[in-house]
Amino acid sequence: MPVLEIEDLSVSYGAVHALTDVSFSAAEGEVTAVLGANGAGKTTLLRAITGLVRPRKGTVRYDGEQLEKMSVEKIVRHGVAHVPEGRSVIEEMTVDENLRLGSLFRFSRRQRGPVIEEIYALFPPLAERRRQHANTLSGGERQMLAIGRALVSRPKVLLLDEPSLGLAPIVTARLMAVLRDLTQASNLIVVLVEQNARSSLSIAQKAVVINLGRVVVCEDAAKVAGDSELRHHYLGY
Amino acid sequence: MGELQKRAQGLAAKPWFRMPRQPMLRHLTYAAVAVVFLYFLTQKLSAFNDYEVGQIAFYAVALAGLTLLTGINGQISLGHGGFMAVGGFTLALLVEHTTWNVVPELAIAIATSALVGAVIGIPATRLRGPYLAGMTLMVALGLPYLTNQYNSFFGGDQGLTTPQPTGPASINPEQWLAWIQLACALIVLILLGNLLRSRFGRSFRAVRDDEIAASLAGIHVARTKVIAFMVSAGCAGLAGALLALSAGGVNSAEFPLSISIYLLAGMVIGGTGSLMGVWWGAILIVYLPTSWAPALASHFHVNSQVSANLAVIIFGLVLVVGMLVAPGGIQGALRWVAARVGAYFSPDGVPNMKLSLQEAPTDRAVHDGESVTQVGEPGVQVHPTND
Amino acid sequence: MQFFLNITLGGIATGMIVAAVALGLVLIFRATNIVNFAQGAMAMMTTYIAYAVLHQGSGYWLAFVAALATGLLFGALTQVVLIRPLQGKSPLNAIIVTFGFLIFLEGVAGAIWGSQTRTYPAPFSEAGQKIGNTQIAFSPFDVFVVLAVLALMILMLVLFRGTDLGLRMRAVAFAPETARLLGVRVRPLLTLGWALSAAAGVLAALLVVPTSSLTPNFMDVILIYGFTAAVVGGLDSPVGALVGGLATGLSLAYVGGYLGGSLEPMAALALVIVSLMIRPEGLFARPAPRRV
Ligand SMILES: Nc1ncnc2c1ncn2[C@@H]1O[C@H](COP(=O)(O)OP(=O)(O)OP(=O)(O)O)[C@@H](O)[C@H]1O
Ligand SMILES: [Mg+2]
Repeated sequence: MPVLEIEDLSVSYGAVHALTDVSFSAAEGEVTAVLGANGAGKTTLLRAITGLVRPRKGTVRYDGEQLEKMSVEKIVRHGVAHVPEGRSVIEEMTVDENLRLGSLFRFSRRQRGPVIEEIYALFPPLAERRRQHANTLSGGERQMLAIGRALVSRPKVLLLDEPSLGLAPIVTARLMAVLRDLTQASNLIVVLVEQNARSSLSIAQKAVVINLGRVVVCEDAAKVAGDSELRHHYLGY
Repeated sequence: MGELQKRAQGLAAKPWFRMPRQPMLRHLTYAAVAVVFLYFLTQKLSAFNDYEVGQIAFYAVALAGLTLLTGINGQISLGHGGFMAVGGFTLALLVEHTTWNVVPELAIAIATSALVGAVIGIPATRLRGPYLAGMTLMVALGLPYLTNQYNSFFGGDQGLTTPQPTGPASINPEQWLAWIQLACALIVLILLGNLLRSRFGRSFRAVRDDEIAASLAGIHVARTKVIAFMVSAGCAGLAGALLALSAGGVNSAEFPLSISIYLLAGMVIGGTGSLMGVWWGAILIVYLPTSWAPALASHFHVNSQVSANLAVIIFGLVLVVGMLVAPGGIQGALRWVAARVGAYFSPDGVPNMKLSLQEAPTDRAVHDGESVTQVGEPGVQVHPTND
Repeated sequence: MQFFLNITLGGIATGMIVAAVALGLVLIFRATNIVNFAQGAMAMMTTYIAYAVLHQGSGYWLAFVAALATGLLFGALTQVVLIRPLQGKSPLNAIIVTFGFLIFLEGVAGAIWGSQTRTYPAPFSEAGQKIGNTQIAFSPFDVFVVLAVLALMILMLVLFRGTDLGLRMRAVAFAPETARLLGVRVRPLLTLGWALSAAAGVLAALLVVPTSSLTPNFMDVILIYGFTAAVVGGLDSPVGALVGGLATGLSLAYVGGYLGGSLEPMAALALVIVSLMIRPEGLFARPAPRRV
């Protein structure tokens, strides 16, 4: 069973050590929640997995391949989809074009239509706005578009960077439910970076807590959610 | 950097001569040494060499302005020759219509070109990007057309004449002019050196490094950029006025686009951002087109078409190749060598100067090599960019 | 009145050529935030090559196609050799490199072909036409100019709006990192962008050279007019390039016709200054905030 395996990963920006010896693995059909304070290195971790930053040392393995030596495009074509921080939709393009762009490398022109319709079915608000430019979308709609654009390529690994940022609690709850169902239905490997520990732990099987660039906890999500001292110390609730 | 400063202090522990800490004093000391050296130099030179020394001096002035603009402030002008033309024509018009002394004439030439600089610089600061570059290119390309259009005012093809200023009877006029030009160069370099050490210098650099951060730190970004551009254009104007004095007159053919190119290449060769590097650039500008390129051409027996274009080709290559492989220029190379040599003699023997041509200090390859660097003086030359 | 009409028609023809140059500049600026100051000089070199092809005895159209093909190749090569190494460096370096390349190419052209002017033929008559019994200054060649640039614009539009390749190119231009995260290979697309941009420049050169004659610096002034048009229209808007080109062509024609031809370059500068003062982002810039 393929897993995403991260071993001894260290990343620095010049003199700043953003990650030090990070190791954990994420399994198929499971959501792995990555938690930690601001500046802990969560975003850096996801960027290192997709090759947007190069690690100083360590490996990222998936499906028998060493990802850390591949180009970003190659990693993505390998089935790793990354939804970056901050709803990075391409504002100058329409909703439909954004989705089309996500499907380009995986599907032929003919196959694309139905795949995109599936995304519209998953996120109905997008369907009503398919001809609109992405800069006219609300924050929540943008987040749906960003996630939809990642899903449209039918990835096997999905990396999400703070998808709930700025969303209303009810929207967040719906998003989490969609994620949970998707993960199980398509046997995805999901790495979910979140500030909102409570909601991400509710759908995660595993939790990784990062503090100052190091993994301090790597446990079953239920256990972390149940450990009030740990929660209090690192997650602040 | 901390290590570096420690080492610099170590070197300075037992000096045979300690440079003054106060920048103005230090710059004046350099200048005094330079004055003595140059005095003896001009004593030894023929009239023609005086002419060349004068040329080197005014190109150094123009280059200092350009290097302030580009290396320190991060803006670029592709048409500094245009501002030289403004200065040159201003001086010539003043000579024609007034009977003033050369000093106020030069001052007005500076002011006029700084003003034209403001007209270009203010709209260009409204956006980031290549606007200033394009607009200055337009100035350099368009000015000759303008003088053609109003040729009764600008003297037509003959242009306007600018007789050499006469000094004391005992000094021959060529030498007198060379002294004026050298004096201008030294004054400009001292003033700019001080400007760069001042609050303005720090804001110039801050704006270059990060406009957002600079504005958050309370720096008025647009104003800073306009000031830098006006100072730079003023320097070019002074250089143009001094060129007019050397040439004995101005016409539009005196300021072709090639001057702007020469200046840019001179800046890149000298080391962008280094005030001392301007001398290398000035020497290149004076000698490459008139003696080195022709010498090269006759050595390789190329035809006249090639030899006529050789200097321009070399300058183009300097810009392209220089920017791609050695953005630090000659001054950067010297600093690199000095760092290695310094390290060789330093007690721990570790080459700890980070500043090499390939590893520029920031990802901005056009970097500020700091103004007060003395050539070939190991150890103490690299200052932190943000003091 | 007839004078005014003729100036206007001339301005439209010039404006279309200027628009092609502006389009070339905009294509590159959008994708890389670089203004390619060497674009005119690259087109000039290519035109000399077309001239050589023409004097081999080939017809106008063969030379035309050869020039466009050479232009594509030249643009791609320039990007790979000169521009790619500058990635991640200060935009100043790119400006200096493209400007240095401009100088270098003009020097090389001067060394190979000398500075004497050569005449380059037009494929159609350049004589004005009689409509009814008024003579108007719009020749069959001018019609060709307008149609050729319109064809270029439509091709670009189809490419960018109608094809996957165009979708990818736009993604790279707007958001290179996001594009990579969607599996788009950025580098070859940037190369392609430079190739297309250079071809647009070559088209402009071929359209302007019959009236201006061929010298190593015949594109200098056209380039700054193209820059003017691009600034007026918004440096990142292809539609703006067309409208900016027409606005620039017409303004210059009126200045040249009523005040004197030597004032045109300075009038272009004035136009840039005024448009930056009134509408800094350009007439057609996209509403997104500027990148910092
Ligand atoms: N490009 C960069 N250059 C220098 N330092 C960086 C860069 N990106 C991130 N850092 C530093 O690396 C550390 C980790 O940053 P990262 O963005 O990974 O944190 P994070 O856990 O995602 O925080 P947040 O919850 O606020 O998004 C921080 O100290 C940050 O300042
Ligand atoms: Mg983050």
